[in-house]
Amino acid sequence: MTERLDGPKVPPAQVAGGAAIGPAETPRTRRRLGPSPAVAIAFLLPAALLLGIWVIYPIVYSIIRSLFDANGSGFVGLGNYVSIFTDASMLTTIRNNLIWVVVAPIVVTTLGLIFAVLTERIKWATAFKLIVFMPMAVSLMAAGVIFRLVYEQSPDKGLANAVITTVHDTFSSSQGYPGARPREGDQSQVATQNGAVVTKQPVQVGQPVLIPIVGVKPAALPAEATTAKAPAAGNDVSGVVWFDFTAGGGGTSGQVDGTEKGLPGMAVEAVRGNEVVGTATTAEDGSFRFDGLPAGSYTVRLPQSNFQAAYNGLNWLGETLITPAIIGAFVWVWAGFAMVLIAAGLAAIPRDALEAARIDGATEWQVFRRITVPLLSPVLLVVFVTMIINTLKVFDLVFIIAPSSVQPQANVVALEMWRVSFGGGNNQGLGSALAIFLLILVLPFMIMNIRRFRRENA
Amino acid sequence: MRTARAAAVLAGLAIAVAACGGNAPTTTEPSASGSAPASAGGGAKPLEGVKLEVAAKWTGAEQKNFEQVLKAFTDKTGAQVTYASTGEDTGAYLGPRIQGKNPPDVAILPQPGLVQQYAEQDALKPLSDDVIKEIDANYTPYWKELGSADGKVYGVLIKAAHKSLVWYRSQAFEDAGVQPATTWDELVKNSQTIADSGTAPFSLCGASGWTLTDLFENVYLSTAGPENYDKLSKHEIPWTDPSVATALEKIAQIVGKQDFLVDGTSGTMQTDFPTCVSKVFSNKKGAMVIEADFVAVEAVNSGAKVGEDAKYFPFPKAGDTAPVILGGDVAVAMKDSPGAQALLQFLASKEGGEVWAKLPGYLSPNKNVSPDNYPDELTRQLGQTIVSAGESVRYDMSDLAPSAFGGTDGKGEWKVLQDFVRKPTDIKGAQQALEAEAKKAWK
Repeated sequence: MTERLDGPKVPPAQVAGGAAIGPAETPRTRRRLGPSPAVAIAFLLPAALLLGIWVIYPIVYSIIRSLFDANGSGFVGLGNYVSIFTDASMLTTIRNNLIWVVVAPIVVTTLGLIFAVLTERIKWATAFKLIVFMPMAVSLMAAGVIFRLVYEQSPDKGLANAVITTVHDTFSSSQGYPGARPREGDQSQVATQNGAVVTKQPVQVGQPVLIPIVGVKPAALPAEATTAKAPAAGNDVSGVVWFDFTAGGGGTSGQVDGTEKGLPGMAVEAVRGNEVVGTATTAEDGSFRFDGLPAGSYTVRLPQSNFQAAYNGLNWLGETLITPAIIGAFVWVWAGFAMVLIAAGLAAIPRDALEAARIDGATEWQVFRRITVPLLSPVLLVVFVTMIINTLKVFDLVFIIAPSSVQPQANVVALEMWRVSFGGGNNQGLGSALAIFLLILVLPFMIMNIRRFRRENA
Repeated sequence: MRTARAAAVLAGLAIAVAACGGNAPTTTEPSASGSAPASAGGGAKPLEGVKLEVAAKWTGAEQKNFEQVLKAFTDKTGAQVTYASTGEDTGAYLGPRIQGKNPPDVAILPQPGLVQQYAEQDALKPLSDDVIKEIDANYTPYWKELGSADGKVYGVLIKAAHKSLVWYRSQAFEDAGVQPATTWDELVKNSQTIADSGTAPFSLCGASGWTLTDLFENVYLSTAGPENYDKLSKHEIPWTDPSVATALEKIAQIVGKQDFLVDGTSGTMQTDFPTCVSKVFSNKKGAMVIEADFVAVEAVNSGAKVGEDAKYFPFPKAGDTAPVILGGDVAVAMKDSPGAQALLQFLASKEGGEVWAKLPGYLSPNKNVSPDNYPDELTRQLGQTIVSAGESVRYDMSDLAPSAFGGTDGKGEWKVLQDFVRKPTDIKGAQQALEAEAKKAWK
């Protein structure tokens, strides 16, 4: 954005700065085309001075600095540039920048186009535009803080996961005892198998089954659970599933001790061969009983569904999703800007072209595809190139949204530049080299923008 | 008319130039011309009207407590002190300000390594004789050495942190029926029992890399002994040394089990420092958090009573040595001003230390600050151990390392240990990565 607007803004500044000297001198010059060199210099001087101080000098100094080591005293030639391309973490950084440059501008421009075209047709267009444009009024840092919260892992705090888990839970709800597992060991009758808990030995009718479970989260234990009792032998397959942990310690593992509670609501299956021949649910004291099973040996199984952890949504701030997540925040900020620019371009399209196409029988999609988009292409290009430049220098969003443990995975060149220069490493040589590298990346797009701007003005 | 407007434009530009020229020239300058002493305190205060800026990394409760100490200084001398928080990255905050020739009057550096670094850059002012006299009276030579570079004293350690502690929620220990461990094996065994009881034993702060270096240092000092510790601190033995492998194996025993970590590995890696404390004492998801004495402040914020709900035990022996590792913050002067030296003298004095000691979360390395000043019994004991600690006490290793290795987010030791927590089976890989990072930083 700024790059594009800086161009047209400079001339007025010259006029304002030079106004004091200019008019006094014009009458003395001979009549000819264009101003005299003295006047031209007087007009150019303020802008040239400012550009020199804030653009040319820093660039030149950065180039010089990038050829020196961390202390600024030892000349290292292109050594800093070599280390940019040999360091493994730098390659991750460059890869991330590539993802940014490819994905973010396309998404922002497309979304902007869609919003612009749609808002042309709705009644509350201004209100809608205002809302979509609103994020532009928020500083990028504040946007980062907002999205850090949105992407929080716990659905109680993070909006993104709250939405996902709500949708997920309407289709399949989780229940049972997440994180619980059998008490393992030689004395235990049961073991874990593919997430389910199964008896190690086949169970005979009349032989009670003890299924000790540990690691039950206090919150998962239902209030109605009562003290478990050691099952008595009967003439069918029965047993008890209980929380084999005496509060405060003590108790013998693998045995139902005085105060240990049963685990109600546990689904239990009796399996013969590979076939489930009976199902039961544990009572409040954790006991279960299969009615009417013929004599023989069975495997008793607590299926995995008993231990399914509640679905917690996506790990937005983890290593894999972090870059897409931050791009999402970037799109939120910039889509409104793209929409406003494109909508302005849209308003300037000659209506007759659209109407002519419609009268000729074109469908709305054809009108959009063949008339609107080609006529809009100059504006789209401006938005696109501006976004590329913006993504190349993205810094604050990554710095704030990514937790520091995943920052190496979310790193981008601009952030790396700051980190190596000031954030601990204090290697301003390498930092300057990174800055120049970034400048070289941005340069082609800047030139493209300026060229296009000139062509338009010609 | 026209010229007037042009002049206005130029004036506007000049202001813009001035505003962009540096980090807004605040504080000190106006004080030289004695700008209107605001408080009518009388002539007794020697520094009436002097303005000072002090920068430190503390935020939240720690910042509030420090501001109370600054207020005591203001009440005594009349100097106005403003506090600036540097955030986690003190180097990143001070670096540009030093470059811009606009440092704060006094900075409080979290690592002694920074004293050497800034002394080399001529960014520090040597302490005045008055301050050194104060240090000699109140500190053992070990601490004086820590704040010196090239034979000159630049800094004074004003706040010590006891980093060899394991904090626990006493209710979780009662529920599981376990007692504080004295050896590492016992700790691992207790952790299994706590996990069986349904509570995750450890709440690690994986997103704050420095907490992982503290854990490593305690285990390493204990298993490898003080001599190896010193060697590794100076990178005289490589990180591929077998002694490092032993320490990492011990750590893998607790970070390698999903049941042992609150919210599993992925949750751990998103948990930063104060959050991991609140996961133990506020959300009651975990039983233990391995960090320094300053956990007390956050535990109180989480609604726990230190000494009743929140207790601690010394870091268990993982080898032959019972580890005692200290951290601490060093105050330095960055500008030549009498106010800066006066503030340092105050912070190094018995008087200043005792004001601070009455607030929670503070331990003084000052031997003349009586432990009786501490607000609770536990801190009193800690203060005693620090002051009377003998030869085997070691300073936090990562804080002695170059900050590119031991003190930067997402780099060096912090990053490698975070990767190690994600993948605790790869001990060899972690060692090689540590050695590669160390080579870069120590070259």
